Order: sequence, then C-alpha cells, then structure tokens
Amino acid sequence: MSELSVNHLLGIKYLTEQDIELIFETADHFKEVINRAIKKVPTLRDITIANIFFENSTRTKLSFELAEKRLSADVINFSAGQSSVKKGETLIDTVNNILSMKVDMVVMRHPNPGAGIFLSRHVKASIINAGDGAHEHPTQALLDSFSIRERLGEVAGKKVVIVGDILHSRVALSNIFALKLQGAEVKVCGPRTLLPKHIESLGVGVETDLRKALNWCDVANMLRIQNERMEFSYFPTTREYSQQYGINKTLLESLDKEIVIMHPGPINRGVEITSDVADSEQSIILDQVENGVAIRMAVIYLLASKIK
Amino acid sequence: MSQKVLLTAKEIDILLHRLACQLLENHLDFSNTVLIGIQPRGIFLAERLTKILSEEYQVKDIALGSLDITFFRDDFRRGEKTLEASTTEINFIIEGKRVVLIDDVLYTGRSIRAALTAIQSFGRPKEIELLTLIDRRFSRHLPIQPNYRGRQVDAINEEKVKVLWKENDGKDVIYLINT
Repeated sequence: MSELSVNHLLGIKYLTEQDIELIFETADHFKEVINRAIKKVPTLRDITIANIFFENSTRTKLSFELAEKRLSADVINFSAGQSSVKKGETLIDTVNNILSMKVDMVVMRHPNPGAGIFLSRHVKASIINAGDGAHEHPTQALLDSFSIRERLGEVAGKKVVIVGDILHSRVALSNIFALKLQGAEVKVCGPRTLLPKHIESLGVGVETDLRKALNWCDVANMLRIQNERMEFSYFPTTREYSQQYGINKTLLESLDKEIVIMHPGPINRGVEITSDVADSEQSIILDQVENGVAIRMAVIYLLASKIK
Repeated sequence: MSQKVLLTAKEIDILLHRLACQLLENHLDFSNTVLIGIQPRGIFLAERLTKILSEEYQVKDIALGSLDITFFRDDFRRGEKTLEASTTEINFIIEGKRVVLIDDVLYTGRSIRAALTAIQSFGRPKEIELLTLIDRRFSRHLPIQPNYRGRQVDAINEEKVKVLWKENDGKDVIYLINT
C-alpha cells in the first residue's frame, strides 16, 4: 500500500493508521532533502497550489509555502483581508475563481469548522485543511506525532498529555485523533472551564491537576491560551492560570522522570510555559517547526500524486 | 510468461571483477573518487564492486553512497501508483570529486537523467561517469551511454531484464523475462 486512502487532507479523523505511517516514511525522505546543500526537488513542477487564508497565520502559512516551493510547485497566496470576500463573495465563488486559473490544490485556513469539508464537496481540487475554526488542524497533529516518533522512537504506547485550552483548540482535537490512531495513551489537562463536556467519549483521560498529569506522561504538549477565540473569561486572571497550568523549570525538575515538552506555537512566554523550559534540552519546539516543512512536503507530494 | 537465464552466478562474478579492474585502471587509489549506487537496485552492484576493490585489490576507504532519484523523475503523476522513495545516503563531499554512478540495468536512460540532476543537489562534481551491469541496446530515450558496461543485451520492449543478488534475493542470476 503506497497510496493515501483519501484525496484531500480534511482532518485526521478521515485517515487510517497506514496513511499516517506512509506520510511519516515519506517525510523521513523529505527531511533528508531539506538538509541538503540544495534543498529543492523538481517533483511538483507541473502543480499549482493556492494558499487561501481566511484567518491570520504566520508559521503555518510560511511552512506550507516553503514546503510547496521546496517541491517546485507554483504557489499563489490569497489572504481574506485584501480580497473580494470583504465585498460579499461566497467561499465557493472565491475558490472557483481561483481554480479557473488552473490551480490543482488548495491549502485553506478558515474560521468556520468544516469549511474544508464543505469546499471539497463543491470544487474540483485537492483540499488541505490548514485549520478550520476549533475543529481540526491535521498537519500540526502529524508533525507533532512525527516529532514524538523522532525523539522517542515510536508513538505507540507513549503517554501524552495535552495541557491548556482544549475547548478552543483544533490542535488538541487533531492530536487526540492522531495519537489514539497510533496507539498512544492521551490525557487532557486544564481548568474545567476549558475542557469540553464529554471529552472522555473520545477515549481520553481527564486530569485537572497539572503535577499529577506531568508525573503520568512521557510527553506534555502545552497549548496556547487562545484569547482571540474567547468571548468571555474562562479563568480569573492570566497570572492565576500560569500558576496552576503553566510549566516552569522548578516544576519540571521536581518530577519523577524526564519528560518531553512540546508547543505548537506561538508561545505566550511566561503564561503556559516559561522561557527556561521553552529553551531547554527537554523542549522539541524548534524540531516541531523543522519537521513541519517535511510533513507538509510529504502530504502535498502524496496528495498531488493522486491528481490525474 | 517465460524466462531464460541471461547470466549465471559464475558469469556475473567474472563481469564484476572485470568492471572492478576497469574502475581501478581509471581511478587508481580512489582518493578523489566516489561511488554512488542508484536506489533501489543499483546499491547491490555498488556494494559488491566496493567489496571486490577493498578485499581483493586492497583499495582503502572507498567513499560509497546511495542516491534516491524518486523526486527527480520525469514520470510523476503519469503512472497509476504513487512513486515510493528510498533512502539517500551521501555522507561525504561531492564537490570537485569524480563521481561514478552505478546501476544494474541501463534501459531508457531516464533514471540516469534523473540521477544526474539529483546529484547536483550535493555539489558540483569534477566529472560523472556511469557504470552499468546490463546495457540494453536500442531502447534508449535519451542520449546517455555507460562508461563501463558489464554486458550489452539486445532485448525487445516486451522483455524485462531482472538482476537478482545473493544478499537480497538469495542467488546471483540475471534473467531475461518475456511477459
């Protein structure tokens, strides 16, 4: 089996374990490629990719664009801020207009959950979801698992705790799906107000005490507090949040074992994670960023090979 | 489907020794030469030649690498299947070196074209040569010829040349397969 089971990457939910393994094996090769003197391969020179971002993004957009360019694809960028969306154009019209210019693949970030799924049913192009509201962010979850696999050898059997704002986080949901699919044990940890009701139904454990959660896990994935998605207060003050759910060097060193620290970025230094932890040996935050390019190259390569 | 033996283990062994001697003649101590096996099947030939050179001709420290050409091929999205990559391992400097590309069968020449592009990612070699065990005549799509060839074979397009290696397939033998 050397082909993805899907034609779009809309969410981890739609992938199989074999798909993830194939993406990782392909990403291994691309990681070698991006560490060469000349980091570019000509594979996708006949493919055009549109990056359509209806929501702000810096690293994801850069990472996708770099991945596309490393594969020699032609790239066009579109941000909703400066577009006809403001003039009232619908999503399908916007995308179909772009596709009329002979675009083969669309990488889209959108504030509404399910936007990618909707689009995949109505336009003729391969869609990659680069984040849809609080729903999924599949490439982030893939690069997170890939980074765990790189550091710890494998994902299966590992204990991972996702800490922070689970309620508003697409990274959390995609990570839960990806980790469970690969046979890892998952717990979520945060104040009750930021844990969705019935999250246990996804097969994850719930822990409100950070120290207990950290003592249990092999890997802690610290999420950012998403102030922009919060309509009202979920916790008294940022200071109180960081005292209870922030990770610092003293806490880390008082644990029974050495754990791996991850963060999808951007970091609120001093809130969910202090600088000395973020920059420590235990942190693989910058590996995650490097792996992001390799993972996105793999996803784009595998999906592009299904375009006939 | 019928298959006949093109070369036996004994004949392959003689060819390998001749090729090793030809390399030796041109590269002497291999101090400025690197051998690159093309993935996935060229590496067996490259490893075998390196073994003969080091064990029987006492050539020390031969630089041997493997090159995957998947992302440089010109048939992406033209076949049914996704092209699967293999590992590239080049742990030395290519810049200014004499590179010998090694593959088991030279057929259309497209793989070698891809390898010529791929190798540039690692630097600018002084020169590039091509060594191939089987050279299928009359089937080239590109103007590419080997510098060292084991055996020249006239095979029609429906026929397939299959090279088996002891370390990978259990025995050394080359078949001509009629599909």
